[in-house]
Amino acid sequence: MTTPNVLEIRDIYQTYQISKGLFQPKKPLHAVNGVSLKVARGEVLGLVGESGCGKSTLAKILLGLLKPTQGEVLIDDKPVADLDRLDIARMVQPIFQDPYSSLNPRKSVGSIISLPLRVQNAPNPETWQKRVEETMDLVGLPKRVYNNYPSQMSGGQRQRVAIARALINRPQVVICDEPTSALDVSVQSQILNLLVDLRQELGLTYVIISHNLAVVEHIATRVAVMYLGRMVEVADTDDLFEARQHPYSQALLNSVLTPDPSLGISDSHLGATYPNPIDPPSGCTFHPRCAKKMAHCDSEAPTPIDTGSGVVECHLYKD
Amino acid sequence: MTALFEVKNLTIDIPVPSGMLHAVRGISFEAMRGETLCIVGESGCGKSLTSLAMMDLLPTTAIRNAEKMTFQGQDMRSFSEHQMSDIRGSQMGMIFQEPMTSLNPSYSIGDQLTEMLIRHKNASRAEARERAIYLLEKVGITAAASRLNQYPHQLSGGLRQRVMIAMMLMCDPALIIADEPTTALDVTIQAQILLLLAELQKEFDMGLILITHDLGVVARVADRVAVMYAGEIVEAGTAEEIFNRPTHPYTQGLLDCIPIPGKTARGAKLGAIPGIVPSLVGVIEGCSFRERCKYASDACAKPGIELVPVSGIVEEHVTHDYRCVLSADQCVENLAGNA
Repeated sequence: MTTPNVLEIRDIYQTYQISKGLFQPKKPLHAVNGVSLKVARGEVLGLVGESGCGKSTLAKILLGLLKPTQGEVLIDDKPVADLDRLDIARMVQPIFQDPYSSLNPRKSVGSIISLPLRVQNAPNPETWQKRVEETMDLVGLPKRVYNNYPSQMSGGQRQRVAIARALINRPQVVICDEPTSALDVSVQSQILNLLVDLRQELGLTYVIISHNLAVVEHIATRVAVMYLGRMVEVADTDDLFEARQHPYSQALLNSVLTPDPSLGISDSHLGATYPNPIDPPSGCTFHPRCAKKMAHCDSEAPTPIDTGSGVVECHLYKD
Repeated sequence: MTALFEVKNLTIDIPVPSGMLHAVRGISFEAMRGETLCIVGESGCGKSLTSLAMMDLLPTTAIRNAEKMTFQGQDMRSFSEHQMSDIRGSQMGMIFQEPMTSLNPSYSIGDQLTEMLIRHKNASRAEARERAIYLLEKVGITAAASRLNQYPHQLSGGLRQRVMIAMMLMCDPALIIADEPTTALDVTIQAQILLLLAELQKEFDMGLILITHDLGVVARVADRVAVMYAGEIVEAGTAEEIFNRPTHPYTQGLLDCIPIPGKTARGAKLGAIPGIVPSLVGVIEGCSFRERCKYASDACAKPGIELVPVSGIVEEHVTHDYRCVLSADQCVENLAGNA
């Protein structure tokens, strides 16, 4: 029987020890600092935030590539710690940003897409080619490119190869780290359309990491906003884009430039400096850049507040 | 008002093993003081080569030709390499996409900032230092004096790009060419850098040529827009005209490809432009977009499709031009029929 949450993380911490110099003690850097999250089956979770907020670290943890310092990841209600790598890879697959570097230039398309079958030691090797061709068909790649090499293909086609490779074992969750950032506008829309179609066809769950908020709004059903390793707001896409609550979500979303020539550029009042994660600000880590800072923000760390459809971490909403 | 920079019929040809690559095929545009011109297009359309051609920084194998190419009224085609290097950096500033690769990692910020003024204006070290501090403050960098001793790797991406902007302003240029200045930055920093560029441009009355693929950026900062496809300008006009009345099928297609919050339904099909950009090697005739255009007909293969004004709209000397065999009314109707 299927469970509602295909992916769940409980209070994850990922801490790196950073060397400050030969004779100085190492300092901890909390890349992910106590994050809990549930992803329901069929959901598309958008993960947004500035560079260095920990979204890619979180993606690595979700893929089982990184063992969190503390906390638990559950896939399909099974703790990841109890699963071996092949089991995780069968359930969760990645799609990376740059299809120019994520595909082995010396392998043919057919060989790239069938690699997960070889790794998983899938039964009936004689049917592999057929399965590869079916998957290629699914992602809109013509059969004739089966023996081509990545260098002979365009960026959009390469990203389709990466998607086919991720889907050949029919995973339940696909983690897309900036899936369209390296692509041109006209190709980006094709890949987004494909991701939407595949989700409906195969009942996939996506976690989409992107700095392009227009893309996230278009494709995600729920959005999590990260700041300095914390999840400061999680909400349904509609709620977030229409009535965002956390001041950081507001500033972030106001920075999105929609193609409307009647609007100028609004000042987000965020200031230039993203804080140094080794030395995070006290209290609420966002307070030095916050437009709605209150007296106790720099001393007291806010706790997650339930908003009904999600959570927000800000003193403004504490009763 | 005379143009600060003007180019007519610019072509860039690059010899490749299989023949001649016509990377830029006869484009004309002008930049005015105090005005922002955006050149927008996808990879391989020739927009970056165009900016390099303006600065005479093309790869040595590339062949540049132009009917007319003037900067502040002077014919640039006759400039010697020495004259060009006097102009580069001092009268024409350039900002590139990746601030980490355009700053020298082994020199301090201060060295790199002051070098410009010492090289171009014979300023003393102290004067140059003073101006560097003034400009770093101007671009919103705190503790400017202490930053001069820092090295590029000690700064974040946003700060580096601010340093690049300050560096470009050192000699008070008349024209800035910015090639994807914010593409490598976070959205929050992008908005700030664009705002800063717009303010500085107004304050110093500079001309700005912004090269980007991001239609959101174009809509928000451009006064005039030139849309490039396969080495040609396919549509040009004011930002309002281009975004509110896109006429060329390629411009219409591009605008249809991007999800617009509030307008595009969530998860709905986005428009797509099928096919790929044609090869620009060898003889190219007719409309270069016809292979991907849903309104293409036999007429599109004939040579000599010129950039013509969309009738009825002339705003001072700025016209809304497009390059298509269909009438402008027909193009607009096509778009309406699609929606």
